[in-house]
Amino acid sequence: MPSRIYECISAIGNRIIENMDFLTELDREIGDADHGINMARGFTEVMKGLDPEETDIGAALKKVSMILISKVGGASGPLYGTAYMKAAKEAMGKTSLTTDDAIAMMRAAVDGIRQRGKSDVGEKTMLDALVPAFDALTEGAAQGKDAGQILDAMCQAAAQGAAYTKTIAATKGRASYLGERSIGHEDPGAASSLLTLEAIRDYLK
Amino acid sequence: MVGIVIVSHSTKIAEGICDLARQMAGPGLKLIAAGGMEDGEIGTDAFKIQAAIEEADSGDGVLILCDLGSAVMSAETALEFLDNPDLRAEIADTPIVEGSIAAAVIASTGAPFDEVRAAALEARTMQKL
Repeated sequence: MPSRIYECISAIGNRIIENMDFLTELDREIGDADHGINMARGFTEVMKGLDPEETDIGAALKKVSMILISKVGGASGPLYGTAYMKAAKEAMGKTSLTTDDAIAMMRAAVDGIRQRGKSDVGEKTMLDALVPAFDALTEGAAQGKDAGQILDAMCQAAAQGAAYTKTIAATKGRASYLGERSIGHEDPGAASSLLTLEAIRDYLK
Repeated sequence: MVGIVIVSHSTKIAEGICDLARQMAGPGLKLIAAGGMEDGEIGTDAFKIQAAIEEADSGDGVLILCDLGSAVMSAETALEFLDNPDLRAEIADTPIVEGSIAAAVIASTGAPFDEVRAAALEARTMQKL
């Protein structure tokens, strides 16, 4: 009987793998056309390596982190790997999560990405999707919204953030070599972050 | 003796640099390639890097050289995985080929860590023509 966390991670993995070509195309425009391939490889390995019976949410996320770190290959390995690792620390030993847990996990994940990538919003990265989503999470929680409403707001904010990345030039990663020519193209990391959040939302609904 | 780890997205680049640097360095130098993925594909793997750092360590520290951006991120992730508090390991912000050669030459004289790092960093302003 697969655990909820296993099913949720599977939902993320499947969403990423289904969108491999889309992510690769985005990366072909301004990168080296490997984001989709790398992420799909990473999550294929995650699906192989994760124990379906694991109920400890922190342990499951830590496993995801370790696998992504060594199997993705590109920048997304250390970046997503760090994010999942930091989130895992906030969820060790937990088999269910409160909204406060979710906030602590996401805050840790986003700060981890900031630190690892030496970046922040406005630099055309995954943070442009994740930071607005995190803000929607804390705002929704403060306003007493229910989980469904919060997840919708998070996905909407992340989608706006990903769209915003089209309008600016890249200063991080391979796309930064293209400078102004990267304008008009969505950041692949922002796109995969959005897919991740949408998969979580769709699973939890 | 300070150890050296070469981190590249390419297994061949890392091994090639080690081959080249070994020619110029003296015996006894621990010069470890940590390039590419487990399956030989292009990319970097923080666990591979961690293992390389531990292998390169003989108590005098380990200097790490990287090719591009995400190699640095993987190396920084690897540093966080090290559990020996006495292991001084640092990434040198310098061109990988030239920095590795300089570091290897100086490290194999038994020079201390700061000297080896300084030698690697000189590669930043090296002129070829």
